[in-house]
Amino acid sequence: MKTTKTGARRLAIGGRCVAAMTGMWALAGCVQIDTPDKPIEINLNINIRQEVVYRLDGDAKKLIEQNSEIF
Amino acid sequence: MGNDKMRMTKWKPTGLALAAIVTTAAVAFAVPSAMAQRDPAYAAARAAGQIGEQPDGYLGFATAPTPAIRALVQDLNIKRKAAYTASAQSTGSTVEQFAFTSGCNLIAQTKPGEKYQTPGGAWKTRDAGPPERDARCP
Repeated sequence: MKTTKTGARRLAIGGRCVAAMTGMWALAGCVQIDTPDKPIEINLNINIRQEVVYRLDGDAKKLIEQNSEIF
Repeated sequence: MGNDKMRMTKWKPTGLALAAIVTTAAVAFAVPSAMAQRDPAYAAARAAGQIGEQPDGYLGFATAPTPAIRALVQDLNIKRKAAYTASAQSTGSTVEQFAFTSGCNLIAQTKPGEKYQTPGGAWKTRDAGPPERDARCP
């Protein structure tokens, strides 16, 4: 009787351990999926930075001047 | 040029159309963009404030457009995109970045009375003062 009770307890502890580990695993999986998504969103928001605009300004002026019929 | 042709009423429309095509082609190719003029319909729509410059480097409608104006703007925007694409490639930037930089300049170059779009999306008439532009504009 006593041995079976201990065996059941051991089984229960083992089951809890497995559940906890599965939970952690799932969590780790979530983080791994999330990380590549975030930088892409940020890049879209600051797609046009001021330094880029300043760098292209001269070429943009030239293009407008040389194609005045469409501008 | 073609005086005898012009006398023959039967050929007159064809002759005129041909002359127009030849003249257009000559203007388009012989004088490559150096001092090319705006299409009169485009200049008129701009001056009337029906169309204006957007911050993204393309033309937009300040008021509801007629089908003719819509077609005119679509055609010009396609040509603009082609020009932006070529420049973006040669400068190692994206089409969007180059178009935006051009938009900064195009809004700055609007004449008093012409329309432009503010960063907030509202259409404004250019006055004597500086236009309301994106903070990233040079």
